[in-house]
Amino acid sequence: MTGGAALSRPEPARTGGSAAGAAGAAHVRVRGLTRVYPGAGGRPPLKALGPLDLDLAPGEFFSVVGPSGCGKSTLLDVLAGLSAASAGSVSFEGRAVTGQVPDGVGVVFQEDSSFPWLSVFDNAAFGLRRLKTPEAEVRARVAEALGLIGLSGFADAFPAQLSGGMRQRVCIARTLVMRPRLILLDEPFGALDQQTKLLMGDELLRLWRETGATILLITHSLDEAALLSDRIGVMSARPGRFIDLIETGWDRERDSRIAADPGFGAITARIWSQLREESLKAMRAAP
Amino acid sequence: MLTGPVETLTYLGGLLADHEFQLGVWETARAFGLALAIAWGSGLVIGLLLGAHRLTGEVAEPILTALYSVPKITLYPVILLFFGLGLSARVAFGAIHGVVPVALFTMAAVRGVPPVYFRTARSLRLGPVATARHILLPACLPGIVSGLRIGFSLTLLGVLIGEMFASQRGLGHMVIRAMETNDVRLLIALALFLVAVATGAGALLLALDRHVGRRGAGPR
Repeated sequence: MTGGAALSRPEPARTGGSAAGAAGAAHVRVRGLTRVYPGAGGRPPLKALGPLDLDLAPGEFFSVVGPSGCGKSTLLDVLAGLSAASAGSVSFEGRAVTGQVPDGVGVVFQEDSSFPWLSVFDNAAFGLRRLKTPEAEVRARVAEALGLIGLSGFADAFPAQLSGGMRQRVCIARTLVMRPRLILLDEPFGALDQQTKLLMGDELLRLWRETGATILLITHSLDEAALLSDRIGVMSARPGRFIDLIETGWDRERDSRIAADPGFGAITARIWSQLREESLKAMRAAP
Repeated sequence: MLTGPVETLTYLGGLLADHEFQLGVWETARAFGLALAIAWGSGLVIGLLLGAHRLTGEVAEPILTALYSVPKITLYPVILLFFGLGLSARVAFGAIHGVVPVALFTMAAVRGVPPVYFRTARSLRLGPVATARHILLPACLPGIVSGLRIGFSLTLLGVLIGEMFASQRGLGHMVIRAMETNDVRLLIALALFLVAVATGAGALLLALDRHVGRRGAGPR
């Protein structure tokens, strides 16, 4: 069985026929993306997002920060194929993303989405079993994923017996076993306390290094974005557009201790200087 | 004069071997089985439909609740007009007791499934059938089992009341007859038998309810 071989390497990318699929091209390419929600009950349509452009390099850790309601989660939904763009295009590995989550994309949501009726092991195995993966391979891949996220000792536990942070890790494991080449995370640590959040961030960095996957993280935490990312996209108030793209320049081998680095303060300060006015706008616009 | 526990038990022992009593039990069991099948089946279907379609559910919920609070015994003459004196009237009367709580619990269970489960299903590229089987069903199961449990008790109540007031057969009819003939021994023995059966079945369903409530009992 080859199951245990390499969770640490994502399955090789399928190269698309177009030039966009060639080596060195963007892993994810977004062009002119706009999302408009149709007005209900006589209200005018709501422009939630864009137009925005984005290129993610393979293996990049990219974070999106922005004021509440700026369309961060909408962006993730469209990138994942969970909702359609009103205009513009999204492609993953050279193939257009339309209305369906592409193979090779994993999503972790903000809310706890672990299934309470399944054990930790069965939760993690859920996606593989739906694909009728041979049981020996399921066991190997799940064991490896649980090891990666530090839940090996809890395989038989049920979500109700775990803390919020552990349940969120179960959801990450369920995504990891599918060996995604692009992982989209929608404020996955939003509900956790600050210390757990920092430690989970370290875990995420380790996973990112070991899997080699491209990560897009939606967050409202300036610190989280500054600590974790290679690049940070700062979004404007609704309709969300990128108003700044910040290269952090961090080493690939990093963890939350870089919070002590003077560069960390400089990055958060730069994000906030961009974000302050936008957050005020969002606050004033809030009903 | 009330009979004592020992005398009641002894009498019940004899009663269990009695042919007429056995016939009564069979009549009640048959009516109850049919009524329960209808109450559970239609309650589940109604609940699933109302749960799946939010607007219909929101419109139907207060109507169902209002219907449910009508004392069903007042509808019994109408049911007798429709079904006549016989098995079908008892079945119908039992079923109308059980169907509404099963429907309400099922609807609440379906509505209560966190939307993120369905987003997770889509992110794992599950089709509608796989989503229903592997996510919707196990997620709803604890609520549905609670509804089935309540439906069980209320359907039994309905069938027995139906037998008491307009029937020539069944345990309910035996109770009324014992009351009319002032046969206290029979009355107490019947009451004991019904209490034992109802609490036994209730305890089993409660155990199942707790089991799926704690873990859910979805397929692997």
